[in-house]
Amino acid sequence: MDGIHDMGGMDGFGKVVPEPNEPPFHAPWEGRVLAMQRALGYAGTWQIDISRAAQERLPPQVYLKVSYYQRWELAMESNLIERGFAGADEIAAGHALREGKPLKRKLTASVVREGMTRGSFFRQAQAPARFKPGDRVRTRNIHPLTHTRLPRYARGRVGVIERAHGCHAFPDAVATDKGDNPQWLYTVVFDGRELWGPEADAGVKVSIDAFEPYLDPA
Amino acid sequence: MATDDHHHQHGSELSDMQLRVRALETVLVEKGYIDPAALDLIIEAYETKVGPHNGARVVARAWRDAAFRQALLEDGSKAVRTMGHESRVGDHLVVVENTPQQHNMVVCTLCSCYPWEVLGLPPVWYKSAPYRSRAVKDPRGVLADFGVKLPKETQIRVWDSTAETRFLVLPMQPAGTEGLSEDELAALVTRDCMIGTGLPKQPERQAAGVR
Repeated sequence: MDGIHDMGGMDGFGKVVPEPNEPPFHAPWEGRVLAMQRALGYAGTWQIDISRAAQERLPPQVYLKVSYYQRWELAMESNLIERGFAGADEIAAGHALREGKPLKRKLTASVVREGMTRGSFFRQAQAPARFKPGDRVRTRNIHPLTHTRLPRYARGRVGVIERAHGCHAFPDAVATDKGDNPQWLYTVVFDGRELWGPEADAGVKVSIDAFEPYLDPA
Repeated sequence: MATDDHHHQHGSELSDMQLRVRALETVLVEKGYIDPAALDLIIEAYETKVGPHNGARVVARAWRDAAFRQALLEDGSKAVRTMGHESRVGDHLVVVENTPQQHNMVVCTLCSCYPWEVLGLPPVWYKSAPYRSRAVKDPRGVLADFGVKLPKETQIRVWDSTAETRFLVLPMQPAGTEGLSEDELAALVTRDCMIGTGLPKQPERQAAGVR
């Protein structure tokens, strides 16, 4: 969706302000939110793209106002409720009022290391790759109302395939409960002037990782 | 949700969030979905074990060991997996090398994708609107925010992490550090230089001079 999360190229947010000696968490609840999300993911509740999509659906004024882990928490609450894992009444009460749904597995202390291992997104190819490194491609001009990984600033632009990353689960499908729908993934590199116009810095190149359905030959 | 017209990180809101998150955790524990002891271990790992020191070790080894460097650039996941990190690396780590001709910088304009396995949790600035909006359009300006000025002829390559691929920048080894040990080299490798918003530290003259 063309939401506030798709920030590449926007103006007006000001300078980047690094924080010296930044701690991993700024309050204890941030760590709890991160760890709960990990535990729910391990239990097979929903995929990470579904969490991302729920954050993107937050109203722009909320998205900009709250902190990073607040976004995680709000998205977690929405998914728990929408997917029937907990009721809004239970979250308001701060207690379970009904039995939980059976889950695939549970993250316990003895399997935490496994729970912290990043999953693989490689999937079996459904068709041969359409592009190879060196090919010129034009990104499609698409505006789905749901989750997509083709950022606005890189739509309808000509670039070159630089790397092929194999076939991956397709987030646009996963986030809409359509399964993995595996797609080839490529690094596509653009000249900065193709993205930002002839006045832009000629010494800048920008790449995105683009799934094959985002691309046409150019 | 608590609202605060001034700033989202005021103390009152933090305590509201503390209560809200505690209530949510209670619901999830009572429903049998999560185990608080496992949450404690995850938090502890991110506070004490998984952090940029992991990535610094990778970079230091690559500087000292040409065969490892080659393997790292060919298949980052495979090479890093041999080092046995706490948060074990997935399948999609790509290491990109800075050269005098090209400086690499990593961003996730859509959210916060970051190589957690080797750098730990992303800093707040990496997830912030100023960085996400400007990194792809004005990377030299962003570098200036970090006090980094590159030679004009150095090209900048920005990697927007829009899929599950994760990028780690292999910075250039500072001049005059050839004789240093892996530990000494790792101490020069900052988190920011592995994101591409910084450069490695220079060794203290004295330390380098002894060698």
